Amino acid sequence: MIAWRDVAVTFGKTRVVGPLSLEVGRGEWLGLIGPNGAGKSTLLKAAVGVVDYEGSVDVGEHDLRRGLDIAWMPQRPRLPEEMSVSDYVLLGRTPHLGYVGGETQHDLDSVMGSLKRLDLSAFAARRLGTLSGGEAQRAVMARALAQEAPVLLLDEPTSSLDIGHAMEVLEILDELRKHDGLTVVTAVHDLTMAGRFADRLAMMASGEIVADGDASTVLTEANLLKHYGAGIRVVNNGDGPTVIPTRIERD
Amino acid sequence: MSDTKTRESIAPARVGALGWLLAFAVLAISLVWGLQSGSVDIDPLGSIGVLLDSIPGVEIEHGLNEIEQRVILEIRAPRIAMGAIVGAVLAVAGAGYQGVFRNPLADPYLLGVAAGAGLGATFVFAFEGASGVVPILAFVGGLAAVALTYVLGKSVGGRTTTSLILAGVAVAAFATAIQTFLLQRNLDTLREVYSWILGRLVTVGWGDVITLLPYAVVASVVLLIHGRLLDVLALGDDEAEALGVRVVRVRRFVVLAATLATAAAVSVSGLIGFVGLIVPHTVRLLTGWSYRVIIPLSIIYGASFLVVADLIARTAAAPAEIPIGVVTAFLGAPFFVLVLRTMRGPQ
Repeated sequence: MIAWRDVAVTFGKTRVVGPLSLEVGRGEWLGLIGPNGAGKSTLLKAAVGVVDYEGSVDVGEHDLRRGLDIAWMPQRPRLPEEMSVSDYVLLGRTPHLGYVGGETQHDLDSVMGSLKRLDLSAFAARRLGTLSGGEAQRAVMARALAQEAPVLLLDEPTSSLDIGHAMEVLEILDELRKHDGLTVVTAVHDLTMAGRFADRLAMMASGEIVADGDASTVLTEANLLKHYGAGIRVVNNGDGPTVIPTRIERD
Repeated sequence: MSDTKTRESIAPARVGALGWLLAFAVLAISLVWGLQSGSVDIDPLGSIGVLLDSIPGVEIEHGLNEIEQRVILEIRAPRIAMGAIVGAVLAVAGAGYQGVFRNPLADPYLLGVAAGAGLGATFVFAFEGASGVVPILAFVGGLAAVALTYVLGKSVGGRTTTSLILAGVAVAAFATAIQTFLLQRNLDTLREVYSWILGRLVTVGWGDVITLLPYAVVASVVLLIHGRLLDVLALGDDEAEALGVRVVRVRRFVVLAATLATAAAVSVSGLIGFVGLIVPHTVRLLTGWSYRVIIPLSIIYGASFLVVADLIARTAAAPAEIPIGVVTAFLGAPFFVLVLRTMRGPQ
């Protein structure tokens, strides 16, 4: 569904990503993992044209249409405090409007639907500044959903949430992609969580993909030692690999 | 919340019927008040009557004598029209700059327009050029300064808005330095330049109004069209870009329209400060964040504000006139603080 082909990103003289190729099928959920600075966010940003890149990114058969093919949730979305939740979600309809055009009833219905799907109907008139972290994250997802793009790229969607709300957000995401057949790529720091939810993991380090496959083949102690450093154990308890931080005893 | 209630709260931001009514009522009162007051007060209904009567094909009994008619038609009406247009342009340009730079302190003079126009005008005074050339050189100076700001900003910082604003500061400082140098060499022109810098709507006839009108209309239309896109920019450049908005193009259109209109306004009225800052801010504090509301209302309230400010400028110390730039700052600053306090206070 979405394919990065020989994509390379260079900041100044420093090559930060690639060249690499990565393909994610329709309805698939890929978890992008890797240590800080590995290039996960940059890879996602390249797809939506926020950073310049060499190579190509394709969605489906036709040329990439900005805003229509890919919805992107940045790591730290800007949430204007004064804006209401429904106004914010309505901005997700931007790619469907012409340069000077206004919203049609269909756009408003789509917003209504997105709010409902994320259980935000009661929050429609609330200001973004008054939302809790979990509610705000749902509002951002509602906006991405209102875009009605077949591919959803989420950069650390759970980084500011406690484990309960993080699970909730990922469950919602899972339901959405199953229901709507969305293709999902998430960059996630929590390795165990990534393994539990994503169909497939791709590990990045220094701008390259260093491991790609299901959770049990990617989340190995050898891989983690090599790319994250020492002190990580992996336990397989039948529910998939669980990553456990351990401390090396010092004298 | 019920479904119907949710549905009601999903609507693009726009100016409501009451909002339009209030804005136009304030504008109408300002215009009529400005028209009938001055060194001699003239009957307000008669004043309107004269204006309507002057339209070809319309005949209205107004009961004003010859002198009163001439005062209205040849002195006050063009001056008020000019005040309204300059006020509208400065306010809407301010709203545009604030939206496009996401900077609440952005105003029409931000990118060096004022300093460049000031330098252009100073050239004319210093080298004793004909006073009719002042608007032209002010216009050229303003645009040249902005062009320089744009080139400099781009060369150092690429896409960031901070570099553009900092370049504006540098260009303004440079232009002001040359201007000060010229003034020091030609102390006898100091007074003229100074009065121009403080802004004035004094020597205005219908000619200036007609010159300025196309710029004002084009700028207003361009900015009105971009209201929705400015709202998307509130999400930041990256997210707007990912939503398919060509951020650089939007920024270029808005800055170009706002700058062109500001330069045109400054060239005929001198530097009238503060309007572009306080009018859009007051509208924002009273109505909310959306530029689909801020832009149209800034046009109308900007016009009203400057007409009233000019009324005070020419009547408060009559027969002398206070420079209008002094009035806008003197009135605007406390009013703005008041709005800021009452709106932000209770929360």
